Amino acid sequence: MTFVLTNLVPGDPATANLGEQASSDPAAVAEYRRQHGLDQPLPIQYARYLEDLARGDLGQSQQSHQPVLTDLRAAVPATMELAALAILLSLLVGVASGVVSALHRNRLGDHVLRVLSLLFVSMPTFWLALVAFYVFFDQLGWAAGSGRLDPGVTAPANVTGLYTVDAVLAGQWFTFWNAVSHLILPALVLTAHTVGLLTRFTRSAVLEVLSQDYVRSARAKGLPERTVLVHYVLRGALVPVITVAGLAFGALLSGTVLVESIFAWPGLGGYAFRSATTFDLPAVMGVGLVIGTIYLFVNLAVDVLYGVIDPRARVQ
Amino acid sequence: MTEANHAERTRPQRAEDQRDILDIVGLTVALPGRTGTGTTVLHGVDLRLKPGGIHGLAGESGSGKTMTGLAVMGLLPPGARARGRVLLDGEDLLSLSAHELGAVRGRVVSMVFQDPSTCLHPMLTIGHQLTDHLRHHLKIGRKEARGRAADLLGRVRIPSPAEALSRYPHEFSGGMRQRVAIAAALACEPKVVIADEPTTGLDVTIQAGVLRLLRGLCDELGLAILLVTHDLGVMSAIADEVSVLKHGRVVESGPRARVLTAPRHGYTRSLLEALPGRTAT
Ligand SMILES: Nc1ncnc2c1ncn2[C@@H]1O[C@H](COP(=O)(O)OP(=O)(O)OP(=O)(O)O)[C@@H](O)[C@H]1O
Ligand SMILES: [Mg+2]
Repeated sequence: MTFVLTNLVPGDPATANLGEQASSDPAAVAEYRRQHGLDQPLPIQYARYLEDLARGDLGQSQQSHQPVLTDLRAAVPATMELAALAILLSLLVGVASGVVSALHRNRLGDHVLRVLSLLFVSMPTFWLALVAFYVFFDQLGWAAGSGRLDPGVTAPANVTGLYTVDAVLAGQWFTFWNAVSHLILPALVLTAHTVGLLTRFTRSAVLEVLSQDYVRSARAKGLPERTVLVHYVLRGALVPVITVAGLAFGALLSGTVLVESIFAWPGLGGYAFRSATTFDLPAVMGVGLVIGTIYLFVNLAVDVLYGVIDPRARVQ
Repeated sequence: MTEANHAERTRPQRAEDQRDILDIVGLTVALPGRTGTGTTVLHGVDLRLKPGGIHGLAGESGSGKTMTGLAVMGLLPPGARARGRVLLDGEDLLSLSAHELGAVRGRVVSMVFQDPSTCLHPMLTIGHQLTDHLRHHLKIGRKEARGRAADLLGRVRIPSPAEALSRYPHEFSGGMRQRVAIAAALACEPKVVIADEPTTGLDVTIQAGVLRLLRGLCDELGLAILLVTHDLGVMSAIADEVSVLKHGRVVESGPRARVLTAPRHGYTRSLLEALPGRTAT
């Protein structure tokens, strides 16, 4: 799949990677192609690719001159750290404000939250990233700069690849706070869109459940409003919220492409951006594989959660 | 002759002068309309329930039967306004705060809703839904509550009640769910139960069983039931008193035998005539 897509792109990796001068020299181009097997017919290229893949070899990146696998090993945890924080924040804030919005339906709080969430959903993430970087870093100097750590701070011993977790494991609190300070701004930027999305969907899910007969029945039993809300309403609204959270995570990952480039975050998104713009095909295919796998696991997790939440969805 | 019929009932006749447990006086309910003017769906409804008695409430669809029940429970749709008095054991429910009402609902007065398939939460076990209000109102532990819940399920003829507690609503038939809902309404041994079409959609034998159960509870515990139904057959089988609603007004009210055999109002007569295989005398 990723192989077909990447080969359909109308671009020539040879000219993109050789530089201005060399690409005007037909001999150099031919040599480059032969070296990278690009002179072979596509089916043979594909067979070779699969063969290498089976051995865990994703090829060599033409930009970093390192195996793609090595690049990905470094990039995936960086993105995961960012994306996990962003989705957690989105869930916390989005679900809470969606519930508040629904409970205050058509009152001031609801109107404010609806306008805000609409604003967040429709704001382009890359634009927000640029503005945030300019305002909070350039102008106010509140946020830490680009990258995962300040220059001069060494990365903690690699255990999970998540700097915050690794720093805690190593007991390096200074490194931990430094990593957190670098995470916050890009994570918040990524959060904006998904928070808006989750607020809107949670609101409508909660409103839908509030009108259900089983909520009226729960009230008729004289249960305290808090119990009705937590046990009956939120439980009922959880399935649509989880569905949207899964989709939101996908949106969030695609948001990393530009956000990571702007914040010079050494993650998957920035790597995807660089390799796509330079037609670094092995790298693009590697990124595609990883992203595909992540989507697969997210969907799997969503399905498992359906079963946990809703007994009707359990396989008998 | 009609009075004689009434006295023939096998169960002991409650003292006529016994105080009403539920006394609805001049209940008027206005719902917010689309245009903001609002529509009045109940116009000065009067109803009285005696302890141990079953009061049948009949009337065509849209006449306001469910609204009457919801007004008693304080569960009218948002924006609705209720006037009049709903005296439960002498206390006016319409004047209670939300908090005070919470202590009454499900404990002193409870309601079985019209549609059994939607009134149980699909993602919570039967046991959860039968015990949460029990534990809240009676301040009893989980184990004791489950024991009582299993007991209740047995009484509404749910097979293997103990296992049923850990199952989910979708694993039961519509009729069983209806009986579970009845069990939930009875759990805290309330004094009044509003049963909104509790037997609609049940097959005849189960319907008879549910009616017998309700009758038995009235006799045993002195429970008073407001039985909403547009099935006059059910009414004649079980009710002590009958009221007929039309367009939000009580057009006829009195002892069952009198209302069903010698209706004073033309509307009641036409309802009776609409019954298959039956003619009004
Ligand atoms: N949520 C609501 N908003 C506005 N009007 C409503 C609402 N629910 C019911 N009504 C109106 O109130 C009136 C009384 O309805 P109610 O549900 O009490 O009728 P009912 O006697 O229970 O009928 P049925 O036998 O069909 O259950 C009807 O005219 C109905 O259109
Ligand atoms: Mg009704």
